[in-house]
Amino acid sequence: MSMCGSDAHGGAHDDDAPDDVTALDGGPARSTSRQTIVAFPDGPLLVRGDFDIVDPDGNPLRRTRKTVALCRCGASMLKPYCDGSHKMINFKTEPES
Amino acid sequence: MSSLLLDILNGPEELQPGATNPREDLAALTRDAIAATEDFAFDDDLQLTLFCLFELHYSGIDGTGADWEWHPDLIAVRRLLEQAYEAQLRSIVTLPELPEPTSAAVAGGLFELTGADGGPSMSRYVAKQATEEQIGEFLIQKSIYTLKEADPHTWAIPRLTGRAKAALVEIQADEYGGGAPDRMHATLYAQSMRGVGLDDSYGHYLDSVPAITLASSNLMSLFGLNRRLRGAIVGHLAAYEMTSSLANRMYARGCRRLGYNDAVAAYFDEHVEADAVHEQIASRDMAGGLVESDPELLEDVFFGAAAAAVVDTWMTGFILDAWNAGTSSLRSSATVPA
Ligand code: FES
Ligand SMILES: [Fe+2]
Ligand SMILES: [Fe+2]
Repeated sequence: MSMCGSDAHGGAHDDDAPDDVTALDGGPARSTSRQTIVAFPDGPLLVRGDFDIVDPDGNPLRRTRKTVALCRCGASMLKPYCDGSHKMINFKTEPES
Repeated sequence: MSSLLLDILNGPEELQPGATNPREDLAALTRDAIAATEDFAFDDDLQLTLFCLFELHYSGIDGTGADWEWHPDLIAVRRLLEQAYEAQLRSIVTLPELPEPTSAAVAGGLFELTGADGGPSMSRYVAKQATEEQIGEFLIQKSIYTLKEADPHTWAIPRLTGRAKAALVEIQADEYGGGAPDRMHATLYAQSMRGVGLDDSYGHYLDSVPAITLASSNLMSLFGLNRRLRGAIVGHLAAYEMTSSLANRMYARGCRRLGYNDAVAAYFDEHVEADAVHEQIASRDMAGGLVESDPELLEDVFFGAAAAAVVDTWMTGFILDAWNAGTSSLRSSATVPA
């Protein structure tokens, strides 16, 4: 709690702040679009938001959580989900320099 | 000490005129025991006393008054114990070279720290050679934390802001079943315990486990209940998430090797998939996001992660030493059904 003095109300809120969501604390804000895919270096694709995961016939795949990690290293035993195997095979998303 | 504490909790707050204050006795005993102990983390009475004091902030201790939670005399004893435990950890835990205070560098540093060889592996033992009785012991040891899985880290939520807070809440929502009580990780764990014939009521095996198992749980409560240590609780959670998927695959394999059904393995199966998600969010957004907004917490994030690894290595070592010597890792093996 910041113990503001009685004259602090003028400076406590930034009335000029834009309405859209920006980083509150210096970190990059997450996109606010309905779906995002975050490509993690040396790891999976994290899919967040409102989406379906289906097979080629449109049937939903087993899914037990909202945000999922999709394997992109090929080594997962839980495909399409990541199971951490990318670490065992030392998967790199950038070519070694 | 722990028995005096339980007497206090079961008694009235008001003192009889002329009687000595048992809370003062407890504080004096605690000071003496801290001064005398050779190893706080492995001291049964000190760890059990601390565990019971922390427990007042979780589900409480059956039959005792709820008012004890914030009684200043008990908080004073808790602080004595917390300070001694933290001092031990600060002196023993070695930190890696600290990265730049950016999200990417913090995540990279945490992946390096948690990927380092932590000595003998519990998951390999469980996968390949644990007996039915040892799996039972393993589940008992783990239950001290896991029947309240996620709770100690939840204390951190109101102490974080922005990106780190959103990340922690996203992880915790999944730990608590994403709105489905039967998917809650602690609930899945209780199902595993029942599936192998164990009692899944919270605290049932408290007297059976060694100090180091209580120390592992107390570590999280210490970090979680002190706002000052919010960097450490975040680092601790990151370390847990980042060492989980592969280990849980091995635990599930051990369950199936011994012929246990999917209901027993479900907790471990769930963690293979869940923590592959959680580790990414925990390392970059939660730990990295916290350090970016609060760079002075960088060292404590790594302290929390390294302390988690150190204490859990001690716990694994204790259990495997017992098993390799052909004995039980529990204080009294009578509670494990044959
Ligand atoms: S990306 Fe994680 S297992 Fe393939
Ligand atoms: Fe979990
Ligand atoms: Fe998790």
